[in-house]
Amino acid sequence: MADLKDTVFKARVLDAEMMRRALTRIAHEIIEKNTGIDDLAVIGIRRRGVPLAERLAAIIKEIEGVSVPVGILDITLYRDDLTTLAVQPIVHKTEVPFSINNKKIILVDDVLYTGRTVRAALDALVDLGRPKLTQLAILIDRGHRELPIRADFVGKNIPTSRKELIAVNVEEIDGMDNVEIHEFV
Amino acid sequence: MWRTKDLLGLEEHSADEILSILDTAEVMKDIIYRDIKKVPTLRGKSMVTLFYENSTRTRSSFEMAGKYLSADTSNLAIANSSVAKGESLIDTGRTLEAMGTDLIVIRHSAAGAPHLLAKNVKSGVVNAGDGMHEHPTQGLLDLFTMRQKKGNLANLKVAILGDIMHSRVARSNIWGLSKFGAEVRVVGPSTLMPPEVEKMGVKQYYNIEKALAGVDVVNVLRLQKERQKKGLLPSLREYSQLFGLTNERMALAKEDVLVMHPGPMNRGVEIMTDVYESTHSSIDEQVTNGVAIRMAILYLMLGGKSAYENIN
Repeated sequence: MADLKDTVFKARVLDAEMMRRALTRIAHEIIEKNTGIDDLAVIGIRRRGVPLAERLAAIIKEIEGVSVPVGILDITLYRDDLTTLAVQPIVHKTEVPFSINNKKIILVDDVLYTGRTVRAALDALVDLGRPKLTQLAILIDRGHRELPIRADFVGKNIPTSRKELIAVNVEEIDGMDNVEIHEFV
Repeated sequence: MWRTKDLLGLEEHSADEILSILDTAEVMKDIIYRDIKKVPTLRGKSMVTLFYENSTRTRSSFEMAGKYLSADTSNLAIANSSVAKGESLIDTGRTLEAMGTDLIVIRHSAAGAPHLLAKNVKSGVVNAGDGMHEHPTQGLLDLFTMRQKKGNLANLKVAILGDIMHSRVARSNIWGLSKFGAEVRVVGPSTLMPPEVEKMGVKQYYNIEKALAGVDVVNVLRLQKERQKKGLLPSLREYSQLFGLTNERMALAKEDVLVMHPGPMNRGVEIMTDVYESTHSSIDEQVTNGVAIRMAILYLMLGGKSAYENIN
């Protein structure tokens, strides 16, 4: 569960079945847009981008019958707010056990909001090599971009106010699959 | 999460704090093996190495660690500095601080020198070895290496071999290991054993064969020739015969014993070359781990707001 301190529940926008369908559609779109899965690799952004990336890879395998490499990106060392935080965030490992050179990289995260996480992820990726191209797959796009960044694949667009919080729950971390809107009080 | 203005020793830090440093170092170690060995994390932060004693690996590994994290690192060459004109440690520190230095890494022959500096500057201070007191980053990299090779630190039997009295490495190891509940044995000639060392919670041995029996790790200390007062040792040859780590002696320890040495080695004195070259030795890996540990320290101390902003 995301940190829901000082928030109240407003609405459930996706249940487990809707999440599964959205991911299945994204997987199909990824294959279609790239005309197959040659040189494709999926990289999830910690934390909830990781299980979503693994699920996308699993669905792609079901459809195409071939496994695509899956990696994990930790963007902590690339954050642009390190100088404003009082305490250093805990860093975790980046685990990309394959060369990303000349690969088509599908970057995966749960929510696209300001775009700052994706900016950091792109920088982190560049330090690992030079992909042929990078595309962005997002479960929830909630708007309010602060950088010129957009997603190539979106599970659901949910217009939000800045006073709201999108809680994406995934079985692997939270014990359940759903997406909820909460509001800060 | 671990947060401190200064890192002066391991004695004053908890097992949890030490673990958070080791965990951070795991991540940092991966960066060292990348094609592009640089992350932008500490852009705009500056650090100075201030070494009043000689050093190869500690100073260069601090500098490399800073560079890999994009901090600006510089080194004050003491012999060519105003220290030669008699400038005091405090004044030197204040001067560096006034230039905007975020972190000072200091090595000094006097125990407590980093503490004195830390009290007088707002910059963060890291002790890179002070007299016979502590060498915390060496202690941390030794713990990191032991954890990497042996897993849990709690059940380890570790023998620290050699010149215990003069060794700040031994003290940092003892403080660190004892916080995790490891069994620490110290072994060396009685003239090189500090008085009341058992009060640190270690077992004291004067016989190397007994001390090495069944241990998981042997940490061999450098015989500090420059600190030997007349009369502590009859001769290097005798020391080597009684306390040098040979293959035969290593065989008394566990079959998969790990042999460590903080460097620089006196080959043929405290450790034989074939022991260093054996598969048991992690001595070269310790150097790599040292960079990872120092990156972790710099990340934890330098990131975020200016180190001193949070304190005041």
